[in-house]
Amino acid sequence: MSSGAVESADSATTVAGDESRFILRERGQREVFCGLTSIVWLHRKMQDAFFLVVGSRTCAHLLQSAAGVMIFAEPRFATAILDDRDLSGMADCHDELDRMVHELLSRRADIRTLFLVGSCPSEVIKLDLDVAAKRLTSHYEGRLNVLNFSGSGIETTFTQGEDECLKTLAAGLPEAATDESRLMVVGALADVVEDQFTRLFAELGITVDFFPGRSATDLPPIGPATKLLMAQPFLGATMRTLHDRGAQVLTAPFPFGVQGTYDWLQAAARAFAVSEDRLEQVTQSARERASAAVATAAQPLRGKSVSFMPDSQLEIPLARFLFEECGMQLQEIGTPHFDKTLHAADVERLPESCLVSEGQHVDRQLERVLASEPDLVVCGLGLANPLESQGVRTKWSIELVFSPVHGFEQAADLARLFSRPLIRHAGLSV
Amino acid sequence: MRLSLWTYEGPPHIGAMRIASSLRNVHYVLHAPQGDTYADLLFTMIERQGRRPPVTYTTFQARDLGADTAELVMDTVRDSVQRFQPEVLLVGESCTAELLQDQPGALASQLQLDIPIVPVELPAYSRKENWGASETFYQIVRSLLRNSETPERNADAPAVNILGPADLCFRARDNALEISRLLESVGVRVNVVAPLGATPADLLNIPAAQANICLYPEVASTVCRWLERQFGQTTIHTVPLGVSATQQFLAELGEALGITLPEPPTDSRLPWYSRSVDSTYLTGKEVFVFGDATHACAAARIATHELGFKVVGLGTYAREFAKPVRALAEELGVPALVTDDYMEVEQAIAAAGPELVLGTQMERHIAKRLGIPCAVICAPFHVEDCPARYSPTMGHEGANVLFDTWVHPLMMGLEEHLLGMFRGDFEFGNDVQPSHLGHGGGVSTDVGVTVESLGTEAEQDAGRAEQDPAAASADDTIVWTDAASAELQRVPFFVRRKAARNTELYAQEQGISRIEVETLYDAKAHFAS
Repeated sequence: MSSGAVESADSATTVAGDESRFILRERGQREVFCGLTSIVWLHRKMQDAFFLVVGSRTCAHLLQSAAGVMIFAEPRFATAILDDRDLSGMADCHDELDRMVHELLSRRADIRTLFLVGSCPSEVIKLDLDVAAKRLTSHYEGRLNVLNFSGSGIETTFTQGEDECLKTLAAGLPEAATDESRLMVVGALADVVEDQFTRLFAELGITVDFFPGRSATDLPPIGPATKLLMAQPFLGATMRTLHDRGAQVLTAPFPFGVQGTYDWLQAAARAFAVSEDRLEQVTQSARERASAAVATAAQPLRGKSVSFMPDSQLEIPLARFLFEECGMQLQEIGTPHFDKTLHAADVERLPESCLVSEGQHVDRQLERVLASEPDLVVCGLGLANPLESQGVRTKWSIELVFSPVHGFEQAADLARLFSRPLIRHAGLSV
Repeated sequence: MRLSLWTYEGPPHIGAMRIASSLRNVHYVLHAPQGDTYADLLFTMIERQGRRPPVTYTTFQARDLGADTAELVMDTVRDSVQRFQPEVLLVGESCTAELLQDQPGALASQLQLDIPIVPVELPAYSRKENWGASETFYQIVRSLLRNSETPERNADAPAVNILGPADLCFRARDNALEISRLLESVGVRVNVVAPLGATPADLLNIPAAQANICLYPEVASTVCRWLERQFGQTTIHTVPLGVSATQQFLAELGEALGITLPEPPTDSRLPWYSRSVDSTYLTGKEVFVFGDATHACAAARIATHELGFKVVGLGTYAREFAKPVRALAEELGVPALVTDDYMEVEQAIAAAGPELVLGTQMERHIAKRLGIPCAVICAPFHVEDCPARYSPTMGHEGANVLFDTWVHPLMMGLEEHLLGMFRGDFEFGNDVQPSHLGHGGGVSTDVGVTVESLGTEAEQDAGRAEQDPAAASADDTIVWTDAASAELQRVPFFVRRKAARNTELYAQEQGISRIEVETLYDAKAHFAS
């Protein structure tokens, strides 16, 4: 089969928010992390939870390669590495897993919530972690709550690991006791961002819960009076689970940049019958401050072209920010997974001229991207130096996941993450 | 199952990637799920390589499992050969693909491609990275050379191969160059360096040399053994790490080639620097050594015989090569630590309380946390140990580099001690502006801050950890009098923890529950004798 045949077999036109957008769907080598990588920030967010990957040496190696510097901390994640005895059936995997958890608890008696995280090998050998989680929860009754989700590469990319984790937590949220309307902001945010949003919602008079909370046992109530405001563009499964539990999903672009943040807050304000005037008034000083800061920070970006390689599903909302608020020209916007509900409000604001692609055939995509000679390519660390060595400026996409980038106060920081490589390039004469 | 927090080695297919990426005009098709591409980062980020490793992943997903993953392998092989035009194709699988039993090597061989296909089967659930590198190097050399004849060799123009340097081996690029220069200086021609930078044509030329230098045994010992049998080539086993080992290496080489090698220019400064009077303070410095077997053994020997340190702990994460480590540990009178459990290593280092740790990136983190100076001696390492400057660790220049790299962290500790000492001086108190800044200022609280900030992060950590070691006494039944605690503070910070521990140990042995100043000095005398 030639590469051309693969492309035509898997490419398709699809209907998106604006009913007409062509989405290029590709299959081939994907230069993305698997969902296990989400543990790197989830364990920082939920500091009372422990994540035990049931997998191979590769899983352990991936986690430490992705989380390199965190070795300084006593890590709240580990890998139960499967070996020959487990695979040949000489050892019973469930007995072994019980032994691992026992060993872990003897080292870390403080663990209250334990996530068993499925991996490619555990999925392929059909090790049922759901059964194991229930067994362990009842064994350690009252002392330990054991949950499970899959971070396997065969099912998830990078940020979808958080989606799987939150989907599991979402199923266990308590039923709301009252029919009081509450807002639920969904997606792990940096604490500083969460605090800023908390203040804004308080001034708007909206009762808000953040999911996930800062503790794995901090579970907000859910019911038909819950309105969901999605804060991260990679939580489709979580959104659907919460929707199935009666919650109403608010449609908004994601809170990146000044306009994105304003529109996002506006969706909440409308749902809670807060007047437009009140919203204007509450957000005025933050908006003015952020607009001025973005105007300066985005100066080096104006008129420059950018392409995104698929990485975290943040690509479409971030492209909207760069196009609308930083004056960049969009070329190809690659996303590992296009979710037409979740991404609708952002994708419809992208210009007709840019190509949205889903999935990846990394060699073909690199050919397209290089041919279009962008001023900046947003990509993962496996591709960044190879592109730089060919004279292409790059922005590491992983930093966009790890840094606080949501909201008014971070809008200029976000613009600067993209402009720094261009400024640096202009400043170097070697 | 085994509980693992951090690992010293990756899975075996990472070793295969290191060989593929070291060679030129070779491509590797890896049957692997989405996500395994994280491994590209090791090359593009740790070694800052400006090209992607020559690896194509089949990238299967859950939906492919019900369908035909074998077809996916064949498509990927065909596409990769067409796109990258390699001279040799390696075909293998990662841990998950091994469970599918598609046998990608056999599938690729069925495709009738006009280049050699080398299947690399690496059991992912029982083997690790270094074994994977060694096996892959052996498989590719064997498959290219198994039908070759032993060539005529010119005894008057001796030539050798340098085998083992590969991507992500410690300082491979610089060591290959340093040893090539050393060989050149004694009139021995380097025939092939492999795998680093070698093409398949270079590999075919390996039998032309009389001997093989097994520079990184973790990568090359298997292939060297096969070449001995197949082509009667001698293996040079001594790894030229340190001054003595470099001399021994040349002696072994001369013997193997049956010639008397000229004396190379002895440009190593280590012997003189080590004898220079300012090095006196290095005498008996207690070091803990941990790494791969080759580097751990070499470091322990250099530390003992070339720098005058005292080795208080020796270990390796490489079980396959544990034998020489055990033997050397016995010779040095210390227990051998053979484990790949990072927590066990941390406990052993904390218990030994050394003044310097020579280890891997893992030990660097452990040492930083414990506030002990550290130098990295081997893989695994991070980007900071992939320096821009020429920085070999082997041969004569390598010995110079080792002297600097190992002594420097101790100097930093000494500076911290001097700072601490002068902080007690009435002129240098935290509340007094130092005299060299003039006396006009009177009391300045800022100065103390300035002095504090001179210490490195590690030293500050050490300072915090050491604030009151007596308070952190492991044995609650023993108490320190205020006078004894104050006296303990006068012990230099880098041995204070040890002094506290020894005093408590002594008190315990003697049945003393209250540590006085006298007890501190009794214990000091006791442990000195």
